[in-house]
Amino acid sequence: MAAESNGAANQPGTADQGYYRHDTPQQDLRVIGKPLRKVDARTKVTGRTGYADNLSLPRMVYMKLLRSTQAHARIRSIDTSAAAAMPGVVGILLGSELPNQFGILPVSNDEHTLAIDRVRFVGDPVAAVAALDEETAWAACRAIVVDYEPLPVIGSPAEALATPEPRIHDYGDEGNVHKYVNLQFGDVERGFAESDLVRQDVFFFEGNTHLPMEQHACLADYDKDHKVTIHSSTQTPHYLHKALTKVLAMPASNIRVIACPNGGGFGGKSDPFNHEVAACAMSRKIGRPVKCSLTREEVFHCHRGRHPVLMKAKIGVRKDGEIQALDFESHLDGGAFGSYGVASTFYTGALQTVTYQLKNYHFRGARYFTNKAPCGPKRGHGTVQPRFALECLLDKVACDLDLDPAEMRLRHLAKRGELTANFMRIGSMGLGECIEKVVAGSGWKERRGKLPFGRGLGLACSSYLSGAGLPIYWNAMPHSGVQLQLDRSGLVTVFCGSTDIGQGSMSVLAYVVAEVLGLDPMKLRIVTADTDLTPVDLGSYSSRVTLMTGNAAMQAAERAKEIVAAAVAEKLEVPKSNLVFADEHVFDAADPSRRMSFAEAVIAAEAKFGTVGTVGSYKPPRSAARFKGGGVGPSPSYSYTAAVVEIEVDPETGQYTIPKIWVAHDVGRSINAALVMGQIEGSVYMGLGEATMEESAYRDRSHKGKRVFLHNQPSMLDYKSPLAVDMPEVVTYIVEDHDPNGPWGAKEAGQGPLLPIMPAVANAVFDAVGVRIDTNPITPERIFAALQSKAKGGEARFGPSDVPAVAWPEPRVVPPPWEGGDGKEVASDAPAPTRSGGKG
Amino acid sequence: MSPHSESPTPAKQLGVFHVNGETHEVAFAPHHTLLEVLREDLGLTGTTHGCELGECGTCTVLVDGTPVLSCLTLALEVAGGADGDPRPIETIEGLADGPNLHPLQDAFADLGASQCGYCSSGFMLTANALLRDDPAPDRAKIRTALAGNICRCTGYVKIFEAVELAAARLRGEARQPARETLYGS
Ligand code: FES
Ligand code: FES
Repeated sequence: MAAESNGAANQPGTADQGYYRHDTPQQDLRVIGKPLRKVDARTKVTGRTGYADNLSLPRMVYMKLLRSTQAHARIRSIDTSAAAAMPGVVGILLGSELPNQFGILPVSNDEHTLAIDRVRFVGDPVAAVAALDEETAWAACRAIVVDYEPLPVIGSPAEALATPEPRIHDYGDEGNVHKYVNLQFGDVERGFAESDLVRQDVFFFEGNTHLPMEQHACLADYDKDHKVTIHSSTQTPHYLHKALTKVLAMPASNIRVIACPNGGGFGGKSDPFNHEVAACAMSRKIGRPVKCSLTREEVFHCHRGRHPVLMKAKIGVRKDGEIQALDFESHLDGGAFGSYGVASTFYTGALQTVTYQLKNYHFRGARYFTNKAPCGPKRGHGTVQPRFALECLLDKVACDLDLDPAEMRLRHLAKRGELTANFMRIGSMGLGECIEKVVAGSGWKERRGKLPFGRGLGLACSSYLSGAGLPIYWNAMPHSGVQLQLDRSGLVTVFCGSTDIGQGSMSVLAYVVAEVLGLDPMKLRIVTADTDLTPVDLGSYSSRVTLMTGNAAMQAAERAKEIVAAAVAEKLEVPKSNLVFADEHVFDAADPSRRMSFAEAVIAAEAKFGTVGTVGSYKPPRSAARFKGGGVGPSPSYSYTAAVVEIEVDPETGQYTIPKIWVAHDVGRSINAALVMGQIEGSVYMGLGEATMEESAYRDRSHKGKRVFLHNQPSMLDYKSPLAVDMPEVVTYIVEDHDPNGPWGAKEAGQGPLLPIMPAVANAVFDAVGVRIDTNPITPERIFAALQSKAKGGEARFGPSDVPAVAWPEPRVVPPPWEGGDGKEVASDAPAPTRSGGKG
Repeated sequence: MSPHSESPTPAKQLGVFHVNGETHEVAFAPHHTLLEVLREDLGLTGTTHGCELGECGTCTVLVDGTPVLSCLTLALEVAGGADGDPRPIETIEGLADGPNLHPLQDAFADLGASQCGYCSSGFMLTANALLRDDPAPDRAKIRTALAGNICRCTGYVKIFEAVELAAARLRGEARQPARETLYGS
């Protein structure tokens, strides 16, 4: 291995100096950009992928979790005697055996593996049973008697505010408010005063869930050497490793986490989960391998899906649509645990600034604990709901000003290379080209506003991160590490902690290394996501993997190339700078007949230097946002998307169909064009599901005088998601505005293209039938209600009317860059906390 | 395995299963589904599951050449025994011809129609039944045939295109993917 590891030596060049080669002309690239197969494509299509539930071990037993039937209750007692006596039961685990808490964020380690004295939602795990077969494990769970003392159920943010006691958790900003955020960049009041038009709207985005096709599963094995190995369907093996260390109170070096290929994740497998910790603890307790596979209903209880968010947005613009000020308020229904919620709250305010120029910005956010399945990160984490609000609001502004919504956006795009009001650094910025593509493709100019009543077009734009600028827990180490091992056979093995959840991260590693070393990516060996074998990668979340592992792999490969080139130069007596690595050979550019196969080159290098291996790592550039809370939002680069949706609404019923969608996505550069297409199409699909039908709602009824508070659709039959027959025609444009921070200029593709779909649908409804739907999903019932209201002379709109009144804390005041701000907060001169909003 | 089923572990019985042209004798619990027998007793984990309630199509296999949900099919219904011959079952493990991929598998691999891959067996088996029945289905017919299979990754677009590509190749045409399919418009 190369001697240098972490620290400054990690970044031998900077993005500004073109280290990541964003300027490389496409014709000079042999692998990057090509629509190649994924390296695991053959495994996938032959049904041989090792998903966690496919694994088994000798003597393996099956574990099931008994889950709470109460939304909020104290546990008086748990009687396991009948279950323990059942033939075939081999172990029972209770919460009191695992007192240490865990959670994905260090600020909210609020979960017990199994409830100790309190349950917080229907589905909260209470006990674990291991048995020789699954039926016995379920039967034993049903035989456990739990005596609950019901507590008042808190079912909404409004109830959380009105019911400070009992607290769902004994931490948080106050009562049942988990977190308040108040950030002020510039003077919005001055901005409104300088505006030609000021308008305010209230929006609601209902929660929804990831619904990966694979239900979570794991297999834990505590062995005779007091080490535990867990195979799991997790997107974040590194964070699971940390959580296990804490709860099991074992040294990290005795715990091995292997993330299996995930059967889809979308953010739903990014938290450490109860069943994973319990399986390890159970295996340690009984000394046998323990398998735990969740049912679909349990996956709905694990949730961590999209937060329901109520938002109020006030915007001030000049006549030409230039935004002078935005005052944005969001209220997040967090569910029963912290999860990523603090980050989610900041994310509902972070990326409003990176698409259009915005001079003054004020953001307030609050997250509430409620007795529901915990919310967390879903594709587009926290930025999806505010993007819906902002893009709908801009459409209204354009109508008010009689401007073309596409033109208005184009005129005021955020500028490449500049810092935004909240100190996000814009890198490459292809949104203008994206808008132009979808406008031209859809015939926007000729058709918008001119189609017959009932038909319409809607446009919206968005942006997303290519990885979070900061890790989840503070540390100075790389976010991604890659090791290469070069064998004398010519085989290159790539080791990396990244996790393939279907997005193709294993293939990205292969393509990058193959490009640098002139190899065939299909011939590399890729070893990933194993905490014993692979250097840490933080995980498959926030669209970070292509950029971060790609850069780390590029560095490791460049270093390997150096070593091999030095040996070959000597052997062939050719200057090192003349050597070309291509077609599995190393040769003299001036005289290609002076050549060696790559395998011969590795032999020369091994003879000269000894065993050949290198490392590479990546850490994002330092953020300009230095204020508290500025850790959420900065990214090495931002992707951009524009979409136009065509709709046909039946004005009699509100029923509608979407025949066609045009979408353009600025991916920086495609590492693999076909895979980028797949990510864009998949994002459009998921956005369409969110726009048209998906919602994780709760049923609140009373039964025999008692409140019954249950998930409304914990099955795939009731939780509706789009089928093959629901998918419209999608016209996709890939825009490539190479970003200096990404490998060969690449940015993310897996999340960004989801964001514009919901607001584009809402805007299309307006173009078609003249009503505004300010609540997502945009259901026929809501369109019908808005049409009815309009017909009766009421508002031509469906949506919430106000947000809860909240005693906000003092704002953190951060002067924007153009007012001389340095990214840090200054002493506040704001008045004492005030009540805003209405009745609540 | 459903949490709601009642009596645990009734006695197993013997049955013969005819899977991908091979015959297996299995001792299985009579209340177990074909899905459970395939995955747990025969180790054929290429058949995956997303709900075990008949809601997602992930577990689709072919019985007598027709797509069925293996999670809703009792193993008893397809097993051979005293009262008859086993019914032929096709799973993803039988789709390729030895080391040579079936045209559907090639097309799914080439176009990225298999992202996480979890739904892919169900889609390819359903599509295979469709193409045997109609070698040149149009897009509308493909959509309808695949409407019982949910995929959360691809947005179905690459799956439709892969089925069309495979259909053309199965008809003997030397079809390559369209440029827009791989690079966008
Ligand atoms: S597992 Fe059979 S339909 Fe879902
Ligand atoms: S490829 Fe992942 S569910 Fe279809």
